[in-house]
Amino acid sequence: MKTLEDLKKIREEMQSQINLRTDESDVTRIVVGMATCGIAAGARPVLEALVNEVGSRKLQNVVVTQTGCIGVCRLEPIVEVYEKGQEKVTYVQMDPDKARKLVSEHLVNGRVVQAWTIGAAE
Amino acid sequence: MKELSLNVLDLAQNALSAGARHIEIAIEESEADDRLSLRIADDGSGMDPDFLAGVTDPFVTTRTTRPVGMGIPLIKMAAEMAEGDFRIRSQKGEGTELTATFRRSHMDRMPVGDMAGTLAALVQGAPDVDYIYKRTTDCGSFTFDTALIRKELEGVPLGEPAVLNWIREYIVSGEAEVMAENM
Repeated sequence: MKTLEDLKKIREEMQSQINLRTDESDVTRIVVGMATCGIAAGARPVLEALVNEVGSRKLQNVVVTQTGCIGVCRLEPIVEVYEKGQEKVTYVQMDPDKARKLVSEHLVNGRVVQAWTIGAAE
Repeated sequence: MKELSLNVLDLAQNALSAGARHIEIAIEESEADDRLSLRIADDGSGMDPDFLAGVTDPFVTTRTTRPVGMGIPLIKMAAEMAEGDFRIRSQKGEGTELTATFRRSHMDRMPVGDMAGTLAALVQGAPDVDYIYKRTTDCGSFTFDTALIRKELEGVPLGEPAVLNWIREYIVSGEAEVMAENM
């Protein structure tokens, strides 16, 4: 059973490292479509995988956010990556495995996974 | 939707879009009465009577990408398929409350599913909103309240992965306590 007591440990750990985040303008945003279509297609576990992967790799300049319907419901779950100075990359038909690999390939190694992009799907 | 928790996530997103600051989610189930009910209440902008009257119609929606909204029709259908019903009340400027009931043992009654995942996703998406989730069974009830967590965290954001993981595990273990299998 998890208790509020455990939160204290998390708090102490976080408070010691909370100001490490870099300049906001350099932040890369990963956006997950979480409208009815996205949720029905499996966006929740994709979101969870992204948050955990970014968290466990301690990527300080990456934030995971949610949005509504991106507009191509049949290709959900959809994940968009907005990186400073780069064109937006739209990944389609994602699952938790692909989501984790997206973090390591695209965000850590800097290689767009072309096969999963909307360009490859269309 | 494969499980009720996904409908909850979807419907709570509507509340967030309506600017809610407090969202209450309650799931009550009774084996003795053979009922399961889901209630979601928010303090968002609410709907005017005209919009409210048509809200279970898939062709009434606020989404702008296309003129079809399935969120409310899906939960209504899920309830009616399981000999339950769906009600929604809303007051412009006050908020919205929706209730779906189900015959618990009905073959078509969807499983509740991963509520911990739903709450974690909601907190991740809108960490400044207060969520109260209450799960009641014949064995007792479990309440998850972000206000308590916020107090404990003293300014550490609720959306931090370590906090989200704690939330997930806290809810899973809390729910297990009130499930009949453990009695």
